[in-house]
Amino acid sequence: MSAPALDVQGVSVAYGGGRLALRNATLTLQPGRICGLVGMNGAGKSTLFKTIMGFLPPLRGQVQVFGQPVRQAQKAGMIAYVPQTEDVDWDFPVSVRDVVTMGRQGRMGLLRRPSAADREAVQAALARVTMTDFAERQIGELSGGQRKRAFLARALAQDARLLLLDEPFGGVDVGTSEDITGLLRDLARGGRSVLVSTHDLGALETFCDDVALIEGRTVLTAGPTAQTLTAENLALTFGGRSPLHHPARTPARPTEVR
Amino acid sequence: MDALLTALLAPLGYDFMLRALLVSSLVGAVCAVLSCFITLKGWSLMGDAISHAVLPGVVLAYLMNLPFVVGAFASGLISVSAIGFIQSRSRVKEDTVIGVVFTALFSLGLVMISRVSSDVHLSHILFGDVLGISQDELWQTVIAGAAALAAILILRRDLLLYVFDPTHARSIGLNTGFLYAALLVILALTIVSALQTVGVILVVAMLITPGATAYLLTDRFSRMMGLAVATGVLSSLLGTYASYFLDGATGACIVLTQSVLFGLAFLFAPKHGQLARRRQQRLEREAELQG
Ligand SMILES: Nc1ncnc2c1ncn2[C@@H]1O[C@H](COP(=O)(O)OP(=O)(O)OP(=O)(O)O)[C@@H](O)[C@H]1O
Ligand SMILES: [Mg+2]
Repeated sequence: MSAPALDVQGVSVAYGGGRLALRNATLTLQPGRICGLVGMNGAGKSTLFKTIMGFLPPLRGQVQVFGQPVRQAQKAGMIAYVPQTEDVDWDFPVSVRDVVTMGRQGRMGLLRRPSAADREAVQAALARVTMTDFAERQIGELSGGQRKRAFLARALAQDARLLLLDEPFGGVDVGTSEDITGLLRDLARGGRSVLVSTHDLGALETFCDDVALIEGRTVLTAGPTAQTLTAENLALTFGGRSPLHHPARTPARPTEVR
Repeated sequence: MDALLTALLAPLGYDFMLRALLVSSLVGAVCAVLSCFITLKGWSLMGDAISHAVLPGVVLAYLMNLPFVVGAFASGLISVSAIGFIQSRSRVKEDTVIGVVFTALFSLGLVMISRVSSDVHLSHILFGDVLGISQDELWQTVIAGAAALAAILILRRDLLLYVFDPTHARSIGLNTGFLYAALLVILALTIVSALQTVGVILVVAMLITPGATAYLLTDRFSRMMGLAVATGVLSSLLGTYASYFLDGATGACIVLTQSVLFGLAFLFAPKHGQLARRRQQRLEREAELQG
């Protein structure tokens, strides 16, 4: 059996030594699947992403990506991460194309000169998020949703096997949101694995194979969407209020048995 | 007319002048390339700090008969380590720590100067003296500057990514700790190479003004580098040349020229200059009123 795309085992972390932000969280993601990460504001979704990426050192537990330590997987360019908000200087003198090209940088040679293949991958990624027309704009000269798409394109250009997307649907319009779900399905069909946090519970069943519910600073439960997204579980996750009136009855596509 | 021309060309007849022009333009170029990273990273104060903090090292090197670049470089690295050490172990804000450390080291250097014989060479470290640069100092400057330039050019794309988005740099497997240290070491090396030309006190201008000027002129990093180098070298040549007639203060002349170029860019830059901005606002208002 091949190693899972992502294996988070009993991880606990704290910010600056304070109280725990995650306690004993466990989550596995099999290759070629999309897992939706759901929980209230402050539940710990972004914290989980940062822990997986090694930006917050776990106090306990461990994370492996395709059976390797995270740092090793990062060096091999296996993980693409798009944070909830980009913490960059929007006046920086780089174009959208420059930024997307940065997704390829890890695989470039000593002097990091983009090859023809790199340029093609950048072009394709820009086209995939319909940002081709904005490629030569300075990165700050974009709307919020366009900025999100530019950084998503960077992750696509990286051509990673595991994608970690922290709220890619935050602040994007309906059309873009549908584009992104289509994009994620394409990625999964191509064998990529995706962990994606979202507040759009209605859309979960249309594109996620698995769902992980996060509450009380830990992963409450995780599994195939149809079984996991029950009114009962949602009520537990959202403190008694079930935001979905109609719990998942029909999954978007039959979830295969693992 | 001929007399004027002869007078203007006179400086070029001297070996020391040619040497000074060469050294100052090399230094201008190296500092300009680095200034693009320093201004974007927001490290102006760090540059100022390291340049002041080299003073005790220079004095010590003089006393021990070592090349001045060795003392300066060591002293610069010590200041950086001290800043990092104190910052990670106290709640004092970074810019405050930087200020405390560099003024302390600079004062130490001043006290040391006042204790050793009032040798002209040491006071030249404060303000630079490229017109009187010795063969030995020239080589030290060239080697330090060339090393810094080579390092920046090799690492430029990784440094750029690190400055723009360290999170992403780490995500794709780059060693951000190394890049941070490399940028600091290159900064120290560049400062050391510029000491003979502009001196401790004005070095920081060379490390930020060309980058700031170029930043006003373009939205593309590669063009920013080219423009920074152009303004840096031009300022070095004009400043050094002008200082011949003033009989000194070369560093100040170079920095003044850079400041004038910055002022021009601030007013007249095609997109980010004051006039262009005003014009843009006016056009937008008029279009809105008509539409
Ligand atoms: N930098 C930080 N320092 C200290 N505590 C933090 C920090 N970032 C987040 N926290 C705390 O950790 C907890 C989890 O935050 P996290 O950002 O992971 O939530 P989230 O699930 O992503 O929420 P949202 O839906 O609002 O994005 C919260 O209680 C938050 O207050
Ligand atoms: Mg979050």
